[in-house]
Amino acid sequence: MTALTQDPAYNFAYLDEQTKRMIRRAILKAIAVPGYQVPFASREMPMPYGWGTGGVQVTAACLTPDDVLKVIDQGADDTTNAVSIRKFFQRTAGVAATEATADATVIQTRHRIPEVPLHEGQILVYQVPIPEPLRFLEPREAETRKMHELEEYGLMHVKLYEDIARHGQIATSYAYPVKVEGRYVMDPSPIPKFDNPKLGGCPAIQIFGAGREQRIYALPPYTAVVSLDFDDHPFTASKAPHDCDLCGADESYLDEVIIDDAGGRMFVCSDTDFCAGRQTAGHRGRLSPKAAGKGM
Amino acid sequence: MYVAVKGGERAIDNAHAWLAAERRGDPSVPELSVTQIREQLKLAVNRVMAEGSLYDPDLAALAIKQARGDLIEAVFLIRAYRTTLPRFGASQPISTDAMAVDRRVSATFKDLPGGQILGPTFDYTHRLLDFKLAAEGESPTAHTAPADSAPVPHVTEFLNRDGLIETAEPSDTAPPDLTREPMELPADRALRLQAITRGDEGFILSMAYSTQRGYGRTHAFVGELRIGTVSVSMDIPELGFPIEIGEIEVTECETVNQFKGSKTEPPQFTRGYGLVFGQSERKAIAMSLVDRALRWKELGEDSIGAPAQDEEFVLMHCDNIQATGFLEHIKLPHYVDFQSELELVRRLRAEAMAAQEAAE
Repeated sequence: MTALTQDPAYNFAYLDEQTKRMIRRAILKAIAVPGYQVPFASREMPMPYGWGTGGVQVTAACLTPDDVLKVIDQGADDTTNAVSIRKFFQRTAGVAATEATADATVIQTRHRIPEVPLHEGQILVYQVPIPEPLRFLEPREAETRKMHELEEYGLMHVKLYEDIARHGQIATSYAYPVKVEGRYVMDPSPIPKFDNPKLGGCPAIQIFGAGREQRIYALPPYTAVVSLDFDDHPFTASKAPHDCDLCGADESYLDEVIIDDAGGRMFVCSDTDFCAGRQTAGHRGRLSPKAAGKGM
Repeated sequence: MYVAVKGGERAIDNAHAWLAAERRGDPSVPELSVTQIREQLKLAVNRVMAEGSLYDPDLAALAIKQARGDLIEAVFLIRAYRTTLPRFGASQPISTDAMAVDRRVSATFKDLPGGQILGPTFDYTHRLLDFKLAAEGESPTAHTAPADSAPVPHVTEFLNRDGLIETAEPSDTAPPDLTREPMELPADRALRLQAITRGDEGFILSMAYSTQRGYGRTHAFVGELRIGTVSVSMDIPELGFPIEIGEIEVTECETVNQFKGSKTEPPQFTRGYGLVFGQSERKAIAMSLVDRALRWKELGEDSIGAPAQDEEFVLMHCDNIQATGFLEHIKLPHYVDFQSELELVRRLRAEAMAAQEAAE
């Protein structure tokens, strides 16, 4: 774990206390009404809209000096934007940072849920680009809010049905819509649908922040979350049909990496902490240094 | 063997250092000062202040320097700074009646009380590159006249006296604050004007232009365009009276729009309004056209479904900081989502091939 001293030029975690209070109110409302999108007065942050400003504001409102922060993007702790956001909070809040999922109290993520199961007391903060699951079916906010009010989700089911009619399956592979506690249809942010089963019954608090669209929504611990499907076309979580080439895991979500110009490729865990932990524990994959020589 | 397409802290630090060197350019060329930008690139400074929603020419000039002349990036720097500033209170509404005008033109009347004042405008310049400017050392002078302290009444007031133009009813309701409350639709006119005045100049310009070409035509005349300085006053609770805290330069445009009447309103001229920080004529005129187009509902007009009449479309897409952030975020890694799409396309292709083979 690494901690830096907080930059005295800024309030703790950058935002002023009034703003944090406003965001905390929105978070509390979001937790009280799981899956409901709460409007909040999103602030301009020193990073661009679309780069995690919603998640950053939620994290800023949740952080206390004793927290241990983990930031991931695409499952990895060392992607550039994850590094940038982690540095921002180390500078403005002076909190400890970690890469170990189990050690973190607050985890800000983009596009993934960690492989290691979360536990009580943790907060998972998602960065959300488009919070409205109905947006690409109906572009108008005034309309979609009404549809949620009336629980009018027929359009979504028609879309999923049309997928099946055209492709034989539901052709949505990420940001796969879910229904929360039998009420609100919710966008889980662009996580791969592989991660959808981890949303429900999770012991951690999950908070979704959309800065540009000025919305916060949440899943309190142990919320019932169901991925939308049909009885004869049940939801399936999918991933590349391979094992990790570095740690041999067959149950984790994999990134495909092109390694030469002859079509050679390898598959590696997108969750870098999970993969590194397995390698430390002695697990080996097809292309691990020790196993080199086998395979390609 | 496995080269991660993942940047680290070092890559970011190195990129920032390179960026700083690029910003400075050739060190044998003298460095630009912030005051040079403030004085000699004033219209850029004005745009950054208007879209940044912060009236501070020095900070705007600094932002332009730091942003290497990328004005949207400069607006972003100002917005991010502005949001950290404490609020001490709200000023009283400025009075553009009392403006010390540098420029004031009306397209609807040949002459009028207060006169037509051309002021510093590009309007009648011939757009010929002035190669003398490439040589150094010019310091042009302009003739000056003694300031005229006579009031400059608004043109629309002359029309209002005869009931020819709709009355703009004064209101004491506190306007909503776009920067402190989430945008709620439908928006009232005060909120719409607030969004448009900080909206992207190019976007507002194109929206206004589209109404002129028939997508929600509003038959606008520039009743009056005025540019000058106004004083800003604020009530100080301890004193019990307002005091002047400074002066700002603004551009105000009022359009007079032909209107044949509707089910609810008699035939009369209607208003479009634009007010922008600094000398920003193009933006102020465009703003007043878009304002008028968005008012179709309250005037009982029919919507023809034109983009400029669509409040949600205009207000949700006019902010260039939101737009550029979201547009450019697609260069962030998306390989998790892309991977899941790859799997899907491979699966769909395999099934389609199998079906084709079975058919043959």
